[in-house]
Amino acid sequence: MAVLELSLLMHVKLFSKDLALINDNTVLRFLGKNGSDVNNEEDSAAENQENGRGADKERKRAKPRTRRGHARGRARHGGEEDGDDEDGTRRAGQRRQRNRRGRGRAGGNEGSDSEGDPTKARKNQANQKSKEDDEQEEDEKGGKSGKGKNEKKQDKKADKKGKKEKANKKKKDKKKSGSGSDSDSEEEPITEEELAKLKEEVEEKKKLIATLRNKPWKMKKKLSVLKYEAQLFVEKFEGALGKGKGKKFYAYKVMMTKKWMKFQRDFENFKTACIPWEMKIKEIESHFGSSVASYFIFLRWMYGINMILFGLTFGLVMVPEALMGKPYGSLPRKTVPRAEEATAMNFATLWDFSGFAQYSVLFYGYYNNQRTIGWLKFRMPLSYFLVGVGTIGYSFMIVIRTMARNANEEGGGDDTSFNFSWKMFTSWDYLIGNPETADNKFASITTSFKEAIVEEQESRKEENIHLTRFLRVLANFLALCTLAGSGYLIFFVVRRSQKFALEGLENYGWWERNEVNMVMSLLGMFCPTLFDVISSLENYHPRIALRWQLGRIFALFLGNLYTFIIALMDEINLKAKRIKNWYLYNGTIPENSTAPPIQVDPADVPRGPCWETMVGQEFVRLTVSDTMTTYITILIGDFLRAVFVRFFNYCWCWDLEYGFPSYSEFDISGNVLGLIFNQGMIWMGSFYAPCLPAINVFRLHTSMYLQCWAVMCCNVPQERVFKASRSNNFYMAMLLFILFLSTLPAVYTIVSIPPSFDCGPFSGKTRMFEVISETLEHDFPSWFGKVFGYASNPGLILPFILLMVLSIYYLNATSKSYKEANLELKKKLQSCILKPKRKMKIRDDHLWKSCM
Amino acid sequence: MGGSSSLLPQEALGEYQELTFLNKQEILLAYKRFSELLPREQRENACSVRVPKSQILTLPELRPSPSRQANPFQHRICHVFSTSEDGDDSMSFEDFLDMLSVFSDAATSDIKSRYAFRIFDFDDDGVLDGKDLEKLVNCLTGQGEEARLSSIEMEQLIRNVLEESDIDKDGTINLSEFQHVISRSPDFVSSFKIVL
Repeated sequence: MAVLELSLLMHVKLFSKDLALINDNTVLRFLGKNGSDVNNEEDSAAENQENGRGADKERKRAKPRTRRGHARGRARHGGEEDGDDEDGTRRAGQRRQRNRRGRGRAGGNEGSDSEGDPTKARKNQANQKSKEDDEQEEDEKGGKSGKGKNEKKQDKKADKKGKKEKANKKKKDKKKSGSGSDSDSEEEPITEEELAKLKEEVEEKKKLIATLRNKPWKMKKKLSVLKYEAQLFVEKFEGALGKGKGKKFYAYKVMMTKKWMKFQRDFENFKTACIPWEMKIKEIESHFGSSVASYFIFLRWMYGINMILFGLTFGLVMVPEALMGKPYGSLPRKTVPRAEEATAMNFATLWDFSGFAQYSVLFYGYYNNQRTIGWLKFRMPLSYFLVGVGTIGYSFMIVIRTMARNANEEGGGDDTSFNFSWKMFTSWDYLIGNPETADNKFASITTSFKEAIVEEQESRKEENIHLTRFLRVLANFLALCTLAGSGYLIFFVVRRSQKFALEGLENYGWWERNEVNMVMSLLGMFCPTLFDVISSLENYHPRIALRWQLGRIFALFLGNLYTFIIALMDEINLKAKRIKNWYLYNGTIPENSTAPPIQVDPADVPRGPCWETMVGQEFVRLTVSDTMTTYITILIGDFLRAVFVRFFNYCWCWDLEYGFPSYSEFDISGNVLGLIFNQGMIWMGSFYAPCLPAINVFRLHTSMYLQCWAVMCCNVPQERVFKASRSNNFYMAMLLFILFLSTLPAVYTIVSIPPSFDCGPFSGKTRMFEVISETLEHDFPSWFGKVFGYASNPGLILPFILLMVLSIYYLNATSKSYKEANLELKKKLQSCILKPKRKMKIRDDHLWKSCM
Repeated sequence: MGGSSSLLPQEALGEYQELTFLNKQEILLAYKRFSELLPREQRENACSVRVPKSQILTLPELRPSPSRQANPFQHRICHVFSTSEDGDDSMSFEDFLDMLSVFSDAATSDIKSRYAFRIFDFDDDGVLDGKDLEKLVNCLTGQGEEARLSSIEMEQLIRNVLEESDIDKDGTINLSEFQHVISRSPDFVSSFKIVL
């Protein structure tokens, strides 16, 4: 193809050169006649104008016709042009179209012959054709009355018209490009004006290349032909532009842009190659529809975030401490106490994250309060503090940014005026590749149609709506009761456990010790099922039902989490009291013993309880046990159930597969919430346990594989398959809320609770954030500290906050007004569309025909 | 320009990337899948060979099994994207790529809706009329007899759809009306895709 096009271009070149030599007038007459004939009256008017402009223009007109040869390739996508008319035979519209399609495909071979032809004969034919066209056009003005009679003819007519429009357009295009090609082929010195024009044109072609893929043209060949044409044009004229004196820079620039484009494309490819689990998710998508896949995409997104958090804590906190900090055993805080030494390496101890695990970089307590460590003078406490704050800041930023992007994408979809049409046109999920899922989808679409029809009928009567309303209120009431009940139960249990703790846990059995945890996990297991039952009362669309379900489970989990935190806080307060006592005790000891500075082994040094490490341990344990429960639930609830159903079905009295136990469905809401709450725990605890993000990354990684496997091998597609909404902003909003809630306790402890005096990077300070002022004092020039001091003055901060609030208010108001303006514009646009609809429709039909 | 090697030629790959919404990996995967559909002796020049419709339909996303089918629009999709001359709806590699491009993630809503329109336009006359809509509904509700809507329901449904979408009230839905409706739908773009 490329070769053919090239030769064609050569022809054009030669021809235009000849033109310059041969008697202009004769050629003009010859060309002008044909040209005007083909293009009918519209174009002839333009041509007359041009005739007036002078001899120099003639060449331009000559150009277009000869150029037609390769412009034809482009025109052919329209499905109708001179080459077809050449056949002369009139076939039925459809066969013709098909044929044309075929031609287009093989255009390289067949089309080129005709392109090389001397054009005279064709022109004559086209001449006749165009006259017929005129007649037919008149017919068409009469309206579509003839449609019923002979559709074929109508088709043809429409085709012709489409073609004519195309041809006209082409003609104009060509004219525009005429001057450029002239100057090039004749190697005349290029004037500035022409150069500018040329450049513009090259840019245009480039744009064409860039937007080619957006064209709804069907045939690949068309696209390639066009591409060859456009690209050759660009190459050729870029060459021309580069030839002149001092144009080297331009050529260089062009080359660089090309390289840059290539690099960008490669980079894009590289980026998509780096996205993990793409194939896995696609497989799931094709089996279960997009809603289940949305969970896995969310999981992958979480994994990405956790990778970054892990990088921060690992690279800036754990590794520097491990490499440059004082080694294990050099300080009391870095040594296992004597009493625990015997069991410190036991697996049970390590599994519990005490023993050696507790006295390692994994937890807050191990870090020293030395201002700088190692030969790099790495400011460890400062780094620790900043990483803690940065983790939270980064998470806020990324969640909010994703939400904003999703909100942008959401765009339209606000009005419900196209309820039926959407059901009809957009309800099929083309990703479904599994017959079973497809069957479910068929069923769900049918029911949705039926429901919609019934609803439509009933919305006029409005009888049943009271019943549904009543049921919905009832359902909400029941859900509230469940929530309140579970809240009270947890409250009751926590109270009881405090009583037990005061009396000493040793007197009680296993149940009393683990009562809170057990009650919480039992509630977490059974309440969602209860909510599920309740939500069947409401009769919502599954997507809305999912939201309600999510909201309710969310409230439940939140209650659980916060009672857990409150219990922890109580314990911290208790410890704080003990610390005070210990202070008194510790204060007296040194006076006795410091007189001769005795060397005590660090393991023997008495130490205070390190509540930060304790909190960190709690969170790590919670995360690990949560992970284990999830995996075990998957294994038992999904896998064993599937195995049981599958193999006992042969010898059972009823059909297990379709009867009672059946296979489990993938529980999207539960899984998403589990993920979100897990993330909340990570955010809360990572300040006290830098290892937490690492654990979470591991957890997400394994659960990706495990859940993918479990879904593919033991779950069945949902009975009511529904598509995931385009944006997952609902998940995101919950995540943001959880993030906010989980930063509250962390910030509270940072700001208002004094750190332990003998462990952690902030020991010896009254508050953790003092590390900032310390750094300012020592590492920055004094004026900076002063400025900072002034800036942190409440007199400045309060007005600043006020200003921020005002600006938020202002932005909110403007965004509201923009929204209103948007709505107005939409309405206007709709009414605008309505008016010229008639015209549009006719044109569309033609466009349509021409696309065939 | 069909490459004669069993691998896709480099420059063709570049062009395909330029002309479709697919990236390199996707094109290569498509090529692999496409050549798997061919008999062994034809694999050498997969670019220039057409695959008959029955073979194309064995792709999982388009697969019909004896009793039930996964995608009700498989025949339409083949028909719309095929450039075959003799109407057997066979597909060349480039048609195949075209199809994947339109159904890919990156394709614009505009181009997706254009092709959706052509898929739904069962009689290829450029407008969706009552008959097209009826066929469409039958496709969507599956093949089971009990799943079919009754004629009254069908009538009601089509009347409602036309009421909503047929803006100029001529009894048919044309492309621009269709696009108008589709562009407001929140989940058309996310569901109108096929991945290999």
